[in-house]
Amino acid sequence: MNNNIEKQLQQQIQNAYASNTALRIVGGNSKAFYGLPVAGDRIDVSSHQGIINYQPSELVMTARAGTPLTDIETALAEHNQMLAFEPPHYSASATLGGCIASGLAGPARAYTGSARDFVLGMTIINGQGELLHFGGEVMKNVAGYDLSRLLTGSLGTLGLILEVSLKILPRPRYETTVVIDCNQHDAIQLMNQWAGKPLPISGSCFYQDKLFIRLAGYQQSVLSSVSTLKAKIIDADNLWHELKEQQHAYFNNSLPLWRLSLPSTADTIDLAGDSLIEWGGAQRWCFSNEPADKIFALASQAGGHATLFKSSDKTDQVFQPLQPQLMKYHQRVKTAMDAKRILNPGRMYKDL
Amino acid sequence: MTQLDHRFIQQLRDILPDNAVLHEEEDLRPYECDGLSAYRQLPGAVALPETVAQVQAIMRLCHQQKIPVVARGAGTGLSGGALPLEHGLLLSLAKFNQILDINALARSARVQPGVRNLAISEAAKPHGLFYAPDPSSQIACTIGGNVAENSGGVHCLKYGLTVHNVCRVEMVDVEGNIITLGSAALDSPGYDFLALINGSEGMLGIITEITVKLLPLPQQTQVLMAAFDDVIKAGKAVAEIISSGIIPAGLEMMDQLSIEAAEDFVHAGYPKDAKAILLCELDGTETDVATATDEVNSILQSAGACDIRIAHDIEEQQLLWKGRKAAFPAVGRLSPDYYCMDGTIPRSKLPDVLHRIHELSEEYGLRVANVFHAGDGNLHPLILYDANIAGELERTEEFGGKILEACVAMGGSITGEHGVGMEKINQMCVQFNSLELQQFHAIKHAFDPEQLLNPGKAVPTLHRCAEFGAMHVHNGKLKFPELPRF
Ligand SMILES: Cc1cc2nc3c(=O)[nH]c(=O)nc-3n(C[C@H](O)[C@H](O)[C@H](O)COP(=O)(O)OP(=O)(O)OC[C@H]3O[C@@H](n4cnc5c(N)ncnc54)[C@H](O)[C@@H]3O)c2cc1C
Repeated sequence: MNNNIEKQLQQQIQNAYASNTALRIVGGNSKAFYGLPVAGDRIDVSSHQGIINYQPSELVMTARAGTPLTDIETALAEHNQMLAFEPPHYSASATLGGCIASGLAGPARAYTGSARDFVLGMTIINGQGELLHFGGEVMKNVAGYDLSRLLTGSLGTLGLILEVSLKILPRPRYETTVVIDCNQHDAIQLMNQWAGKPLPISGSCFYQDKLFIRLAGYQQSVLSSVSTLKAKIIDADNLWHELKEQQHAYFNNSLPLWRLSLPSTADTIDLAGDSLIEWGGAQRWCFSNEPADKIFALASQAGGHATLFKSSDKTDQVFQPLQPQLMKYHQRVKTAMDAKRILNPGRMYKDL
Repeated sequence: MTQLDHRFIQQLRDILPDNAVLHEEEDLRPYECDGLSAYRQLPGAVALPETVAQVQAIMRLCHQQKIPVVARGAGTGLSGGALPLEHGLLLSLAKFNQILDINALARSARVQPGVRNLAISEAAKPHGLFYAPDPSSQIACTIGGNVAENSGGVHCLKYGLTVHNVCRVEMVDVEGNIITLGSAALDSPGYDFLALINGSEGMLGIITEITVKLLPLPQQTQVLMAAFDDVIKAGKAVAEIISSGIIPAGLEMMDQLSIEAAEDFVHAGYPKDAKAILLCELDGTETDVATATDEVNSILQSAGACDIRIAHDIEEQQLLWKGRKAAFPAVGRLSPDYYCMDGTIPRSKLPDVLHRIHELSEEYGLRVANVFHAGDGNLHPLILYDANIAGELERTEEFGGKILEACVAMGGSITGEHGVGMEKINQMCVQFNSLELQQFHAIKHAFDPEQLLNPGKAVPTLHRCAEFGAMHVHNGKLKFPELPRF
């Protein structure tokens, strides 16, 4: 579908600005659970759709924010290309805008990069209703501050994303998954040691005393890496997809789900609850009933941070508290982009 | 004598040892310009701190007295970013030259901002690791300057720019507080200020510590050189290599004038009659490299290369690269002066932009040698001129400005890696409209409300853009000659 509603969206934000009305930005609503709930009038980006420019040989795609993520990935797959940060969908309704605003990434994150690493440019509407364009469709661009990367992962609190230009990568020619039996401590060591070797690793996961490693690249070097790792190949076609979409059996749990983002080498964390490790040790999931303060403290002692990713009760702080000086700059940047605090107020932190 | 008063110099001396405060003209002279020596200005004074506490104290002092501060790394910048201010303090980070920690298991290095880019890869090498972004100036430029400019290099096509390879930055803000951006994890809570500080040209804070990502050294590399009798064919070959699904470690192009200059200078064995050459580096495991070399070789053949050389050994690989790496000084031998531009374009626009550069070259009567990071569409046209001929620098700058405007018109950018600084400040008015520029000013204001950090660089005032617009309307006849023009 090709549909441009940028004028309506801009008008709605200008009206909200004039009347001091808070807005709740909605794409496919597939990540509504993420962050804090927002009270405000709904502004719906989902019908702002269409791939505006896609040139496989340029490794660039520009599309409107309401374009379904599946449409984007289907178009790329036709040319054997992909979004190399493997964004989670969480629902068939997921849009490109929500994907970039949440900044989430899948199993390849530790090996190929994050959502913001692949963002080249953006057209946005800021909180004053101004339509602005930053970055572009070229790989290198250092003119002006890098606002398109700043907006990635800002959960709609700095601007409504209208269009995004992304760097695209070829799909790996060959992929396989191997498994190693080991304990958690050893798994963390191995994932870090192997990431420092020239091995074509593109995903890793440790769960229930099994370490799964995905290898991707030319067939011959993938297969020779299998023997270097002394591991056995398993049929795990769905494993990485299920991890990315949180459909893996592990995620079938009703306790609060915490995401701990830690230095990859951090040893086992002393936190009660069922856990699963991804990203070479850098992303650790834990279903835990422990109090938020304790989990935030544990994460920061380990050199990282924690997020209350999914929970039936999300009224308090879901993201790690910021140092006061850093929070001050967050508030000032928020004011610079959204002077009246009308865009997704409180979605990330209560004061933003 | 200095432009900053005695009392201030004395207060600096209370913070720093005497020999770390410079204010006599002869001591200030080495700091009057960066790599863009066409712009010169003596600073009010130079401070050379060596601890973060000293940087904090200096910032507190300057903040209190409203003295503007320009940070400086090695001064290799090519856009006048580190150009001093007459009434400002130049803050050199040169003494922050320690590699604080290399964590081989975590594949990261924690370094001070004045560490030279190449020194990081050298220190990481015994661990089988390297720091990927490799600007050609890497033996001299500092990692602090790299972050401030979001510098690129030959290997950025595959491994990303500085912004993709920095995990954590510690900076001292304008009031002297230490702020940490990013973390030792793969992400951090809140806004991605790490993305904002990369490429911020010293406008948001003083960078005092950096943690960079290290990557495993590839098992094997190979370099191919292909010569073409037509630049367009070479451009097409670039597109075909990329769309085949291969991401080379580097993919560079040179045109005839730069080939001749480089060949005369280092004798790399480039065919001097070629209209363009491509250099393609492939890296990975042994089998990866062998497979990719075959594929690239056949792509180059069917793209019409008239000569293809595949290096036989490491020495030959280095020789092939040597010509490219020496391209700037080689071109420098052709002419008393040269001016290096830094536009980017979508790769498919390469023939159009080359055509436009050729037209402009004839119009201005100035020769141009073209060197490109072809894989990522970053052009470095080198305009040859003679600064001793009255008005030639001005004509060169105007010519350069028009190349950048052509890049913007083709969907590109006025700068891929050298930054805006003082040099491209007028072209910012071409790439961004006034609302966008105001948004940049608002971000600057969030970090530096009183305009004390590198003021006047990187983002033009709207007033300035109005003047620049007027310049065009009046056919190059300046309406307000008293306004400084850069
Ligand atoms: C021969 C030559 C080749 C080059 N090749 C390349 C290339 O291939 N790719 C490329 O990207 N660039 C290249 N450059 C440009 C230049 O080397 C880079 O921009 C480099 O990153 C500048 O580093 P520096 O330490 O010299 O910084 P400086 O020139 O000293 O400063 C550059 C900017 O950074 C700011 N800054 C410096 N240190 C800090 C700090 N600690 N905190 C805050 N702000 C700071 C300064 O205020 C200034 O705005 C080249 C330059 C030369 C002379």
